[in-house]
Amino acid sequence: MLNNIYVLNGIRFILLVLAQVLVFNNMNFMGTINPMIYIIFLYWYPIRENVAVFLIISFLLGFVIDLFSDTMAIHSAAILTIAFVRPVLMRFCFGANFEFQGFTFKNTTRVQRMTFLGLLIGFHHLIFFSLELLSFSHFLLILEKVLFTGIATFIISLLLSSLFAKETE
Amino acid sequence: MQRIINFILSNRNTFLYVFLLLISLVLTVRSHSYHQSKAFNSSKWLTGNIYETSDNITSYFNLKKENNSLVEENRRLRIELFNLKVNNVSELDSSKIDFEVIDAKIVKNSFSSPRNYLTVNKGKKQGVSQDMGVITTKGILGIVENTSNNFSTVQSILNTKSNINAKIKNTDYFGSLVWDGNDYTTVQLVDIPRLVPVRIGDTIVTGAMSSIFPENIPIGFIKEFNLNDAQSFYNINIQLFNDMANVKNSYIISNKNRNEILELEAKTNNAQ
Repeated sequence: MLNNIYVLNGIRFILLVLAQVLVFNNMNFMGTINPMIYIIFLYWYPIRENVAVFLIISFLLGFVIDLFSDTMAIHSAAILTIAFVRPVLMRFCFGANFEFQGFTFKNTTRVQRMTFLGLLIGFHHLIFFSLELLSFSHFLLILEKVLFTGIATFIISLLLSSLFAKETE
Repeated sequence: MQRIINFILSNRNTFLYVFLLLISLVLTVRSHSYHQSKAFNSSKWLTGNIYETSDNITSYFNLKKENNSLVEENRRLRIELFNLKVNNVSELDSSKIDFEVIDAKIVKNSFSSPRNYLTVNKGKKQGVSQDMGVITTKGILGIVENTSNNFSTVQSILNTKSNINAKIKNTDYFGSLVWDGNDYTTVQLVDIPRLVPVRIGDTIVTGAMSSIFPENIPIGFIKEFNLNDAQSFYNINIQLFNDMANVKNSYIISNKNRNEILELEAKTNNAQ
C-alpha cells in the first residue's frame, strides 16, 4: 500500500509534467491564456505525509516545468509557496477536523473541495504572474492575467479531477 | 545552544521552505537582469529530446503550409538569382564568404509570456554558438542564447530583454527594436529622431550596426507612430511579417567576421 502511493504519485508527476509542457503550454487560448494544470498535483497529494518530502517534491515539479518552459524558477517559487500554505488552506476550507485520522476527501462537500482548489489556484497564479512581470506598475495587468488564466485553470482542473476521480480512498 | 537547535528542529519545514524559495528567487531575479540561466534551460538533452519527439508527431499537420511557404521563398530567391547582373559563377572559396546559414527546426515555441524563448534542434555539434541571428523565410525571429550539443534556445524578439538594431528600409535612420510585452503581432521601434520622415506602411529591416544579423533582413511594417514624452523621438509600432504563433523552419546565421569585429571594438574601447 505504501509502495502504491509512491508509484501513483510518481506516475502522476510525470504525466502532469508532460501534459503541462506538451499540451497546456501550447493552448494559447484567446492569444495568451495557458492554464497551469499541474497544480492539481497538490490537490491530489495525500494529506498525512512527511511535510519536508512534500515541499521538495513540489519544488521539483515546479522546477522541471521551469526547465521546459524557460521561465527561470517562477513555477518553482509559486508552487513551493502554495505547498507550504496548503495545510492552512485546508484548515480554512475543511475546518479543524482534517487533521484527524478518519478524514478523507470523501466526507467533504463539493463546495469545500472547489473552494480549496480555487484558493490553491488563486494564490499560485498571483505569485506566478507577480514574479513573471516583477513590477508594481503592471499591477492591473497582473490581476487581469490572474483572473483569466485562473478561471481557465480552475475549469480544466475541475474536469480533470472529476475525470480521474479515485475510486479507492 | 540547545534551545537554538530545538528551535531549528521544530521549524525545520519553514527553514526548508525559505531555503528553497531563496534558490528560486535568486534564479529568477538573476535572469531578469542578465542572460538566461546557463545551467537550466530547455536546450538540455532531456527537454530537447522530449520536445523534438513531440514535434516529430505534430509537425505533420503543418507540412502543406510549410511546403508552400518554402516554395514561395525559393521562387523569390530564383528571381533574385536570375536577375543578378554579376558573373554567375558561384563563389566556392569559403574564405570569401561572410555569412553562413544553418537550417533548424523549431521544436518549442512560446509567445504568451513577457520573456519568450524558442528551442531549435541544432546545437554546438552543428556549429551553432551564442549570439547568432535566427530568421525565418519571412523575417527575423531572435538571437541564439544558449546551446547544448544538439539543441539551442533562442531569445525571441518577443522578449522584453530583446534589443535589436533596425532601420527604415532605404534610409540610414536606425533605432532599437524592443517589445513591450503586450501583443505578439506587434513590436516597437524606438530612438528614431523626430526629423525623420516616417509614414505608415514603411518597411522596417535590420540595420548595419549589428554584427549578429546581415543588413536588410525584413522585420515588419509601420502600423502607427507617435512622438515620445520628450517630443524628440518617435515611438513606432511595427506589425511583424512573421506570424510568431506559427513558426516551424528557421535559419541560423553565423557571421564569420563577428569575432574580428568584437575584438576590434573591445580594443578601441580599451584604448579610450
